[in-house]
Amino acid sequence: MKSLILFLILLCLWLLMSGYYSVLLISLGIVSCAFCVYIAKRGKLIDDEGLPIFFMPRLLNYLIWLFKEILKSNLATGKVIINGKVEPETFTVKSSQVTDVAKVTYANSITLTPGTVTTKMHKDVFEVHALNADFGNDVRTNKMDRKVTWLEGKK
Amino acid sequence: MELMFDIFTGICFFIASLSIIIGACGLIKLPDVFSRIHAAGMIDTGGTAFFILGMVFQTGWSLVTVKLLLIGIFIFFTSPVTSHVTANLARKKDIFPVGKRIGKTL
Repeated sequence: MKSLILFLILLCLWLLMSGYYSVLLISLGIVSCAFCVYIAKRGKLIDDEGLPIFFMPRLLNYLIWLFKEILKSNLATGKVIINGKVEPETFTVKSSQVTDVAKVTYANSITLTPGTVTTKMHKDVFEVHALNADFGNDVRTNKMDRKVTWLEGKK
Repeated sequence: MELMFDIFTGICFFIASLSIIIGACGLIKLPDVFSRIHAAGMIDTGGTAFFILGMVFQTGWSLVTVKLLLIGIFIFFTSPVTSHVTANLARKKDIFPVGKRIGKTL
């Protein structure tokens, strides 16, 4: 089942990237996608971590929210750089996700919003560096943590 | 219609250039490695996102649009990883961030 989904994703990517739709090229694409899926299957890469399809139903909603956050914090970071009100702070937060993929998603989301960077992680504790107390408070309210846990959908 | 898209492209490029210039200033101005990563992150997200959006307005609906969006998606997934690697390496070399530390750090 998962192999089939991976095959379809790879085939879509092939068709979109090539732009040629002759029989020869499409059959070459099918063969190479099947070969890639075979290698991934032999290497036991097709599991929840390699292909996190349990994210899919709620992914779009989350991405729209994340883009909004990124825009907001981009503006705030620009203001801080121009103002020069830099008071960096380092603190730890706990993440409430179950799977590793969701933890990585949470850490990446923290890093992706300018103004906060995940510097270290150990089990379910992240060390976060923030440019300012405002950015730090945004992470400490755990809003993003709850969003990612909702995205994961295991609780 | 053409003119409207041109204006949208102009606005997007303006925002992107502005955020890249501010980010570059931040790279020079901010005090240490960890703070400078924030400025680099601003270039990575705000700059590239608006540049790609501006180019999408010019291409219209075609395969080139899809390729541009794919570039955006790949940058979107790889840029936080590079930021995290930089920060993590600095921590491993025992460089501590300036500013206050709240609670226990790892």
